[in-house]
Amino acid sequence: MEVVQIQRTLMDYTKSLFMEGLLDSQFLQLQQLQDESNPDFVVEVVSLFFDDSEKLLNELTIALDQPSVDFKKVDSYVHQLKGSSSSIGAQRVKNACVAFRNFCQVQNIEGCLTCLQQVKQEYYLVKNKLETLFRLEQQIVTSGGSIPMIEMGF
Amino acid sequence: MVVETCFSSPRTDAFPAGLRVLVVDDDRTWSKILEKMLKKCFYEVTTCCLAREALNLLRERKDGYDIVISDVNMPDLDGFKLLEHVGLEMDLPVIMMSVDGETRRVMKGVQHGACDYLLKPIRMKELRNIWQHVFRKKIHEVRDIEIIHMTRSGSELFDDVHFLDGQDTTSGRKRKDADNKHSDKDLGDPSSTKKARVVWTVDLHQKFVKAVNQIGFDKVGPKKILDLMNVPWLTRENVASHLQAAEGRRHEKLCIGMKHSDSSTKDSTAGSGLHNSMNVMQDNMSNGSFSFSVSNSCAPNVDLKGHEGDRKGITSGPMAESRGTFSTNIPDPRKAKSLQISSDHSLGPVDSVVNMASFSSFSWNEIPEIQFKQEDEPLQLDDGFNQQSLPGLPHRMLTEYLQPAVSVSPGPSITEKVATSGGIEVKPRCDKYRSNHIKHSCPTEAVGESHTLNNQVFELISTTSSVKSPDIIPNRLTESEFSPRNLNEGVVVEDLQLCWLQGDCYAMNFGLQGFDCTEFNNAAMIPETPFHLYDEPRFDHEHLFDPTEYYTIDQGLFA
Repeated sequence: MEVVQIQRTLMDYTKSLFMEGLLDSQFLQLQQLQDESNPDFVVEVVSLFFDDSEKLLNELTIALDQPSVDFKKVDSYVHQLKGSSSSIGAQRVKNACVAFRNFCQVQNIEGCLTCLQQVKQEYYLVKNKLETLFRLEQQIVTSGGSIPMIEMGF
Repeated sequence: MVVETCFSSPRTDAFPAGLRVLVVDDDRTWSKILEKMLKKCFYEVTTCCLAREALNLLRERKDGYDIVISDVNMPDLDGFKLLEHVGLEMDLPVIMMSVDGETRRVMKGVQHGACDYLLKPIRMKELRNIWQHVFRKKIHEVRDIEIIHMTRSGSELFDDVHFLDGQDTTSGRKRKDADNKHSDKDLGDPSSTKKARVVWTVDLHQKFVKAVNQIGFDKVGPKKILDLMNVPWLTRENVASHLQAAEGRRHEKLCIGMKHSDSSTKDSTAGSGLHNSMNVMQDNMSNGSFSFSVSNSCAPNVDLKGHEGDRKGITSGPMAESRGTFSTNIPDPRKAKSLQISSDHSLGPVDSVVNMASFSSFSWNEIPEIQFKQEDEPLQLDDGFNQQSLPGLPHRMLTEYLQPAVSVSPGPSITEKVATSGGIEVKPRCDKYRSNHIKHSCPTEAVGESHTLNNQVFELISTTSSVKSPDIIPNRLTESEFSPRNLNEGVVVEDLQLCWLQGDCYAMNFGLQGFDCTEFNNAAMIPETPFHLYDEPRFDHEHLFDPTEYYTIDQGLFA
């Protein structure tokens, strides 16, 4: 594939992620922060996000699996996840966390479990998409091209 | 997480670039992003992910950071607690962050002293302006130091001196609260008890002056003065502090004319020499004597020609002479002790002059000449001034004073001093008094006409655009226990304040003339007045700027 084509694919792909609400403008901010001194900035940050999120999701699974659920603890984890997801612009994950916290506050175990499922789903979805995106970027770079900056209308 | 340490000294030259930020966030992604954002703003960033780690870093290197940005939710220590600690121990501005923007949380942050509360996701533009918090703090610190030191040295020594409220409290960053509670006189500071305040009205002061002159300045002592004054309710402590302040002023006056060539400590040229000399004086005073020795770096350029005959003790000779002349032995050990300035206040009231001096638009060498010239002129404050015009002047003056405060970069030295004095936290309540003061602002022509020099001063002042609160003034008014004697006295007060605002002793002469202190030959007495202006920043904004009340020489100010 020609570099130009890959670039176009990347552009369209990224746009679709925004359109679907998987990513928000925070992601653009990250891309804008990336510069020559930090050419892999976005990838690094997102990788950190993946690491932290997976740990949190594990903790959440364990916490909700307890005979007596510590909702404060659960809420704390969800809060952290909400913070992390907001850092990279993983909008749908963040929104799922908001709903999750509501159930924690009313101590609704069923609601929490459902929300956990939701959060996991959203997380794996955005993770998948971002990994694809990075792969496309990598292809462009190795082909000698440069990653186009997305100018979004919003 | 690896903590990057970038310890460096503050770079005031390229401000806000080089601002040293400490980021405290356990979220690794945010930590990384914030670091990147802040670096893009040309700030120096240190990150850590634990609150305790942050405190250690801050303690290890006091003055190693300019501002702290912390997330509210930290695993080891609640962000609000960290906030309190930082405020108490380091007195740095702290910005809180959270993904949770609930009003209650934000309010809690503000209550604990956060100077800002940012919601995540944080945008770069929000971080770009965080330097304003550092700047604001510095301005207020400069002011507060001056005010505190002005009042503190006297007040702690004498029981009946009323004092700044809450000057010792540094609970969190309660400045903002303090600012708004101007009517809340007592912030619950345990160490400063509210005592009856002695207001040195013109009348009282004149009695004091007469007594001093009768005794002879070099033989003067609080007891003798008190006896001569024949004011039953006045205590020896009151007199002693008043005397101390007067001598302090006189010393400053001498120093003002001195070259600051050898001073190395401070950045501001005008202030440094003065600062050195002030410190020297301070040391002497803390030894319990009133002798004013001046450091070698201060060459007395004071031109006293016009007044040598009149002034006792002020000579244009070397300082050694003045030392002998000015010193007053304090036979009473108790007095000696009480006059001792505690080591906490390494910056005596004199330092406020230093600060003021640096704000002054006049060159240091000019000042003493101006002073004396002025004294030669017949200043008839009582008659020459339209009552109405005067009130405005102090306001302008204060504006002038306050305005330059912004331009002074206090640097580390002042901050350190604040720290050593125990984190005095007094913040002038600017905004509330604005309206009051604006009402009173009047054209300065009336006053300016009579005195050419004043014209110069006023011109300088009137160019000041901001109307920053002349909050200091009204505060004093409310604290006054004495009703204004008469309008004439009030007039004089205005001038004194005016002069003070100019930040230089000359002005005081001007003002004193209005007192009709012709008998008062002693230059030492003259500098007293300005200090009043730096009375505690407790402002009862309900009190409008009343010229008559204005001239209340607060005991505490003479410290």
